[in-house]
Amino acid sequence: MNLTLKIWRQKDAKDIGGFETHEVREVNPDMSFLEMLDVVNEGLILRGIEPIAFDSDCREGICGACSLVINGTAHGGHKATTACQLHMRKFSDGETITVEPWRARAFPMVKDLVCDRSAFDRIIQAGGFVSVSTGGVPDANAIPVAKEDSDQAMDAAQCIGCGACVAACKNASAMLFVAAKVSHLALMPQGKVERERRALNMVAQMDTEGFGACSVTGSCEAVCPKEIRLDFIARLNREYGRALLHRGGG
Amino acid sequence: MIGAHGMKLAAQLFGTTLGRKYLMALSGAGLFGFTVVHMLGNLQLFLGPESLNRYAQFLQSNKELLWPARLGLLSMVAIHLWSAIKLTAENKAARPVQYIGDPNPVAATFASRTMLMSGLIVAAFAIYHILHFTVQVPEINFVSVDFKTFHVAEGAQKGFHDVYRMMVTGFQNPFVSGFYILAVGLLCLHLSHGLSALFQTLGLRNHAWWPLIQRFGIVASLLLFLGYITVPVAVLSGLVTATTGCDCCK
Ligand code: SF4
Ligand code: FES
Repeated sequence: MNLTLKIWRQKDAKDIGGFETHEVREVNPDMSFLEMLDVVNEGLILRGIEPIAFDSDCREGICGACSLVINGTAHGGHKATTACQLHMRKFSDGETITVEPWRARAFPMVKDLVCDRSAFDRIIQAGGFVSVSTGGVPDANAIPVAKEDSDQAMDAAQCIGCGACVAACKNASAMLFVAAKVSHLALMPQGKVERERRALNMVAQMDTEGFGACSVTGSCEAVCPKEIRLDFIARLNREYGRALLHRGGG
Repeated sequence: MIGAHGMKLAAQLFGTTLGRKYLMALSGAGLFGFTVVHMLGNLQLFLGPESLNRYAQFLQSNKELLWPARLGLLSMVAIHLWSAIKLTAENKAARPVQYIGDPNPVAATFASRTMLMSGLIVAAFAIYHILHFTVQVPEINFVSVDFKTFHVAEGAQKGFHDVYRMMVTGFQNPFVSGFYILAVGLLCLHLSHGLSALFQTLGLRNHAWWPLIQRFGIVASLLLFLGYITVPVAVLSGLVTATTGCDCCK
């Protein structure tokens, strides 16, 4: 298949950037989107042109590194699919495809399609952990966990921190990501101990990073490759409200 | 102790995005309650002049209740508006560079993306509405009469403000009625998203309740719309007429 790519190019953080058009011939429909970009880059390198920078790592939908807005939708708009798992057979011959980076103030641009998502790391550092005491590994059955809680916690723990939720949200809000992390830990007995401090600190960090607020539009849920649900955001709101009632925000 | 606790709580509520969403949801819930009561009040038009005028007299004569209620409403409006404007500004700032390739509002409804606009138009209408029927500024009622001169001429209610005749006369101008219907339509569009979103924001929902809450939001908005527009529609179609006027108006 033959395609026209309209790709965002930007030298560095200071460059204003702009779209560049590339004609791609004889694309194998079984390639993933990233493999297609690899082929384009090989062509560019042969012609002595700087290849297109984009993030990737696992290429099997589990690391959260790939981050492309394809035709206006984060990860390309296929249910529960990361860009690296998106295959070219989903596109039609002769199609023009626009490719852009995540756009958010909290994710500053690095180059081309790469943005800096370390804001997520700082949110995790603010409370997305359990302060584990040292010692031997406890017996697996020593702490009983209700089946529903473990199911819910596992669902929330699926979040790979890709940031598609931020990219898709009209407010560039990180609520779905923070909600997944807060819910995951608050549901487990080990995480419950610090639940209030965690909710307050992670929300504070989220604000400091400059993410927007949640308008409950549901765009994040629609693009999330791990199908993190909107009800986790309600759970985060509940956790936050609980922290306010118990600690008055202190 | 309570003081320090309260200060921290206020700092959280006013100082974080989640806190401001809480304020918006709580004030929105209060204002929704008001729109329901207001609509039930309006519908007394169909019970005839006696009922409506008695109800109006009851509201107007209890100054000790009227003013606290008015101040309460005003502060809810102020909080709702302040949090809306502040959050919208932050949300806009969170995405300084927009997507160019066909920005796709995945899953987000029209109502959810236009909350500020619909809200501001409703607020502008509310100012007109208060000047029209509460302050009763004759210059803006466009029917060339002074509503303040409308009094019940005879019977047990002699001397009561004739709110029945005011409403019927007021809605006789099709433009005034049209603006009213438009504003009520926008209010209900606003509520069709706002009602379910407030449950989400306050964390008062889970997976099982969400479909029901969303349906409640839509159905309640529709009922409100119908309840509100029956009055201008009934007046314009001649179904309800001012039968209590003095001889000269009959
Ligand atoms: S919630 Fe979903 S979209 Fe957001 S970071 Fe996690 S996996 Fe990615
Ligand atoms: S590259 Fe790891 S999820 Fe796409």
